[in-house]
Amino acid sequence: MEKHDLRRKVFVDVIVQHRKTGEKKPLYIIFEDGRQYEIDKLCACRRAAASKVGGTGIRYTIRVRGQETFLFEDEDLWFVEAKNLHA
Amino acid sequence: MANQRVILHSDMNSFYASVEMMLDPSLRGKPVAVCGSTENRHGIILAKSELAKKAGVKTGMVNWEARQCCRDLILVPPQYDQYLKYSKLAHEIYYRYTDLVEPFGMDECWLDWTGSSVFGSGMEIAEAIRKSVREELGLTVSIGVSFNKIFAKLGSDMKKPDAITEISKEAYQEMVWPLPASDLIYVGRATTRRLAGYGIRTVGQLAALEPELLRRWFGINGIKLWQYANGTDASRVMHKDFVSPIKSIGHGITCNADLENETEVFKVMFELSQDVGHRLRVHELSAQGVQIFIRSKDLSYKQFQCRLPVRTQLPSEISTAGYQLFQNKYRWDQPVRAVTIRATELQPQNAADQLSLYVDNARRDRRIRLQDTVEEVRQRFGKGALTYGVLMGNLKMPDDGRDTVRMPSPMYQ
Repeated sequence: MEKHDLRRKVFVDVIVQHRKTGEKKPLYIIFEDGRQYEIDKLCACRRAAASKVGGTGIRYTIRVRGQETFLFEDEDLWFVEAKNLHA
Repeated sequence: MANQRVILHSDMNSFYASVEMMLDPSLRGKPVAVCGSTENRHGIILAKSELAKKAGVKTGMVNWEARQCCRDLILVPPQYDQYLKYSKLAHEIYYRYTDLVEPFGMDECWLDWTGSSVFGSGMEIAEAIRKSVREELGLTVSIGVSFNKIFAKLGSDMKKPDAITEISKEAYQEMVWPLPASDLIYVGRATTRRLAGYGIRTVGQLAALEPELLRRWFGINGIKLWQYANGTDASRVMHKDFVSPIKSIGHGITCNADLENETEVFKVMFELSQDVGHRLRVHELSAQGVQIFIRSKDLSYKQFQCRLPVRTQLPSEISTAGYQLFQNKYRWDQPVRAVTIRATELQPQNAADQLSLYVDNARRDRRIRLQDTVEEVRQRFGKGALTYGVLMGNLKMPDDGRDTVRMPSPMYQ
């Protein structure tokens, strides 16, 4: 239970490349406070539950500054399972 | 063995409550119940989590009753749009394996896996579905695998949550026959009572009876029950695009406050008829009959019906017929709590009509043209874009999107 409390669902702005093949490739994540993170690598993409913060969506496994994390898209809204320091 | 059917029945566990807990992790591991709003007088438990169930909370309990069973119970209001969304997403997982998917309400489905071995056996597919639903939707299902729809459904009830039960031809007598007869689909309270009157309490006892005897007791349904109990039911799982033929179109509501006079009842009927008329148009049907269902304050109910002089799609004609029925038949011994109005005896809208000498057809044509325009405006600008003056103000009707919920309809036979 404690583990869940450490994360918060935070909706973010995302700069996305829409490919001619129909795929979406998220490039940058921008938090509410303006902090911007480049996505170094897109590792995987599948539908999954965001078990830490609730809800589901298309889950992009991304690498940002050497760290692997998840970015979710649900009904055109993007969110991350942010640690509380971004809350 | 080769010709044996493989039917799966997937049941999403405590569906409403599970969706709520999936959406809000802070609810996990707590007794949670989804309940209607007390203000709108739907204050009953609609679904509960496993913990709430263990504490004795039952579906249909009044909210305060449930709180008495379980002090820490967390009550949350329903979010029907979310339930619909997750029901649809679960169906999409089923469609990966077969297009023979017959829903039974929002949270249950039968799947026919007969003759397909590309992805594995019935049990393997059940496992794949269980895993996908868990990982992709964060929800759990229990699945029954058997050789007919009835036992598949029984199987999905045996182990919960997040489990799979197989009832094979070899094992069904051992697994199903000791169960109480009331576990069978369509054996409700009344049938259970009647069976008990004859000394029949288990599925096995039901199966051992002469079918002719059951036919004498319950008519054609008696034979069906006998087939269900013996595992010989052969009803198909319908294709996912199958829509059962519409026999009637109705709309009903429990009001926020009791209706105290005829004018209030008329307004509610007229408002409900707007929707009935619209749906008749969508399905290109017209009604030859009208039925009303009135629930009084003391929860007793009455149902009345009549035939219309001409077939119609017009909300005004449907509500007028319903209102006249109400005026003629309802004795105001109690205020009215809930009203349903239903268009019956449906026929295609283009079917030939016998015109009546006693109806002003020119006037009627004008009304139909007016309604065409009303529908067109509503289609372009929304349902609320154009309404009747009489429907302004407080109609004592709640509006929380409950209309969109799909209730279980009879399984395809």
